[in-house]
Amino acid sequence: MGLLVAQLLTGLANAAALFLVASGLSLIFGVTRIVNFAHGSLYMLGAYVGITLMGVLPGAVGFWGAIVLAGVAVGLIGVVIEICVLRPVYRAPELFQLVATFGVILVIQDLTLMIWGGEDMLGPRAPGLKSVVRILGEPVPQYDLALIAITPFILLGLWWLITKTRVGILVRAATQDREMVGALGVNQSWLFTGVFFLGSALAGLGGAIQLPKGGADLLMDFSIIAEVFVVVVVGGMGSIPGAFIAAVLISVLNVFGVAYVPQSTLVLMYVVMAIVLMIRPWGLLGREEKAGEHGQIGEPQRPIRPAGWIGRSLVLALIAFMALIPVFGSTFTQVLIIDILIFCLFATSLQFILSTGGLVSFGHAVFFGGGAYVAALLVTYFNTPMELAFALAPLGAGVLAIGIGWFCIRLSGVYFAMLTMAFSQLVWSLVFQWGEVTGGDDGLVSIWPSKWLSGTTAYYYFTLAMGIGGILVLRHIMHSPFGYALRATRDSARQAEATGINVKQIQWMAFTLAGAFAGLAGGLFVFSKGSIFPDELSISTSFDALIVVFLGGVKTLAGGVVGAAFMESAKDWLTRLEYWRLILGLVIIAVVIVAPDGIVGSLRKLGERIGIVREEESMR
Amino acid sequence: MTPVLRVENLTRYFGGLRAVHEVSFDVAPGELKALIGPNGAGKSTCFNMLMGQITPSAGKVELNGEPITGLPPREIWRRGVGRTFQITGTYQSMTVAENVQMALISHHRRLFSMLPYAYRLYREEAMALLDVVGMAQQADRACAILAYGDLKRLELAIALAHKPTLLLMDEPTAGMAPRERIALMQLTADIVKERGISVLFTEHDMDVVFAHAHHIMVLNRGELIADGTAAEVRSNPHVQEVYLGGGTLYAAEETSHA
Ligand SMILES: Nc1ncnc2c1ncn2[C@@H]1O[C@H](COP(=O)(O)OP(=O)(O)O)[C@@H](O)[C@H]1O
Ligand SMILES: [Mg+2]
Repeated sequence: MGLLVAQLLTGLANAAALFLVASGLSLIFGVTRIVNFAHGSLYMLGAYVGITLMGVLPGAVGFWGAIVLAGVAVGLIGVVIEICVLRPVYRAPELFQLVATFGVILVIQDLTLMIWGGEDMLGPRAPGLKSVVRILGEPVPQYDLALIAITPFILLGLWWLITKTRVGILVRAATQDREMVGALGVNQSWLFTGVFFLGSALAGLGGAIQLPKGGADLLMDFSIIAEVFVVVVVGGMGSIPGAFIAAVLISVLNVFGVAYVPQSTLVLMYVVMAIVLMIRPWGLLGREEKAGEHGQIGEPQRPIRPAGWIGRSLVLALIAFMALIPVFGSTFTQVLIIDILIFCLFATSLQFILSTGGLVSFGHAVFFGGGAYVAALLVTYFNTPMELAFALAPLGAGVLAIGIGWFCIRLSGVYFAMLTMAFSQLVWSLVFQWGEVTGGDDGLVSIWPSKWLSGTTAYYYFTLAMGIGGILVLRHIMHSPFGYALRATRDSARQAEATGINVKQIQWMAFTLAGAFAGLAGGLFVFSKGSIFPDELSISTSFDALIVVFLGGVKTLAGGVVGAAFMESAKDWLTRLEYWRLILGLVIIAVVIVAPDGIVGSLRKLGERIGIVREEESMR
Repeated sequence: MTPVLRVENLTRYFGGLRAVHEVSFDVAPGELKALIGPNGAGKSTCFNMLMGQITPSAGKVELNGEPITGLPPREIWRRGVGRTFQITGTYQSMTVAENVQMALISHHRRLFSMLPYAYRLYREEAMALLDVVGMAQQADRACAILAYGDLKRLELAIALAHKPTLLLMDEPTAGMAPRERIALMQLTADIVKERGISVLFTEHDMDVVFAHAHHIMVLNRGELIADGTAAEVRSNPHVQEVYLGGGTLYAAEETSHA
């Protein structure tokens, strides 16, 4: 009994930081409709700034002062981000905003590394609250009790701010009807900036307040963001009481999970999320809404045509050239090209669902890694011949996509993005924690191809055939009736439904196809490396694919391939630089703001301008 | 003869707002029927219920004697109802012809086909339909750059693709110049007469309504206050009260829809 109570109290204490961060994210989303992926980075900054301030300011006043100041400082950093990065893209499609905030994550990661170094830092303990209290015989840290006492006041404070003050009324008005704010005679951009300050400050507070329990390290940003997304999705986007309930729920669940089912704590959290969403797709206290209503702003995509004879000859020439590489290229070149081709196929499968389907999937790596793990597990446990295991990789990933798609397709826009991400995290945590079967962090090794494919050159040709074959098949599907139906659902779901198209069914099918092709890429990957680790399922792998599609050009067909080829080639020298994340992050932000057409789109426009490419009739 | 469309006590609430209240009417085969009423009267809401975009709070809809209440739009479309929207929803990233081809692909149930090139599929059929609405010359232009009136004509071609028995047209001429309006409605009237299609349309240009509608219904604050021939409706005192009391209604409505 005493242990139960103690665990409950720990859970409640952990909820404090989670709630602070989640409420900030929720608030920002509610008003600006931006999902700030960099929110975890702000939390991390809060922790680092907090440690530094606590080192300078003495005593209990200094400690609590440092927490508040850390919040203010991070709030101000949030303002800088809002003004420099987000203001230019408020009217852009969601994807652009998400990618921009992802650029911010990279920049903050490297800046933090520069300023505070790579060592994990231990948080100081709170002056006057350093010991434990015995409750029913169990030790409970005093600081935990302090957090439990403080959190409801923060909730009350926020509630008061939102419901009783003029600012709060504006915020609520903006949450419900953004046009109305303009009508109230309020400068919308300053309202957005203000909300960004508040939301960021809450994240900073969260980072600083958990210091005595956790400390600061460079992985905090990613580790909290997934959890925060679960909280926000479960609680309901934009609802602060919802964030509170969900934060408590998830934190308590985690503590009990650690105690009783230590192998599956992370999984538990995502399972709860899945159950909640099955019953209430918009979260516990969220309201149903049509997300993504501004997803198609900007130039519409152009009509497409299969490549003409020039295009086809160029592609043929390229394939012929690649087929000749083993004759004069080194083994290293072949390995590099294998990597590039695999990544190109993976990116094309994402491009299919994202660009043709208009569905921004943030968890696409789950199918890439999923396919790889299916093959690896089959080989490891059933001695399945490589050929069969390889064939089952796309199938397995496709089946996984059918399952995940069933949940996700019901939502759209950012909700869809967050759900896909959460499900990919579910699978990731399953693989990560179920060590007996999946090898956990150590991965699965010795997954080699059959004898006839074991040479680098043989596998090179195999990858060439499968990779390019896969890309061409996907491209063909984009031009087929199914591809057109998918574009129809993206262009106007209402019109599609009113002309006999079952929008959700088409999207589900497309999601499944994209998953299967990502699984094919995963199959190629695992047999080329001989091993697979949970990393290939992780958020950062999903983001890699998103970034290349984006850099290549979202509103094009070839963006995925071109972006992936470019990135995979550039990565080799880029990662040799010490602060490559900073550079990449800045490039991403710059592309979002300055050249949103990406490489292919910008080249096409350039070609039109100098007259190489036939110009389309000018858009209205 | 069974009516093409039979509506009984159709009702819809939005929270406390009674947008449509116990509306009942028939549309006879080959009939061109207008549904008019001031802005906010509930016309679009009615259409949305007929086509399945929203579910009625109460009431029944029958198509050719079969109940269709509560079916999704795609199902109602398959049973022979075509619809154009007040705000057009054509596919921006496709050409004019491809927009029609898309409807034909759906009509021929080839949506999941992945083998042929879509741009070649049912091209002839699509061109024939575009010819009917006078859009054949523009077949290969991107839909995104069409003039507004052309978009409306394209929408008409799309709505004809699955050989509907009933066409629902919500403000087909909104935002057009007066001369264009008459031309479009004349075109519509000719087409449906030739093909024996019934039409229910909303319209706020009285010239268009009186020139083309066989019967006119008047909706006011969600309630049907008149249903009859042009002469009957004109002389209905209730209608006069609603309309003539506010001669500015039409002007106001037009600006709000522009
Ligand atoms: N989705 C909705 N939610 C709430 N109210 C609505 C909704 N759609 C329409 N209404 C209201 O129902 C009434 C009828 O609207 P509508 O059918 O669009 O009128 P009309 O097409 O005749 O101009 C209006 O008062 C409108 O504000
Ligand atoms: Mg209307």
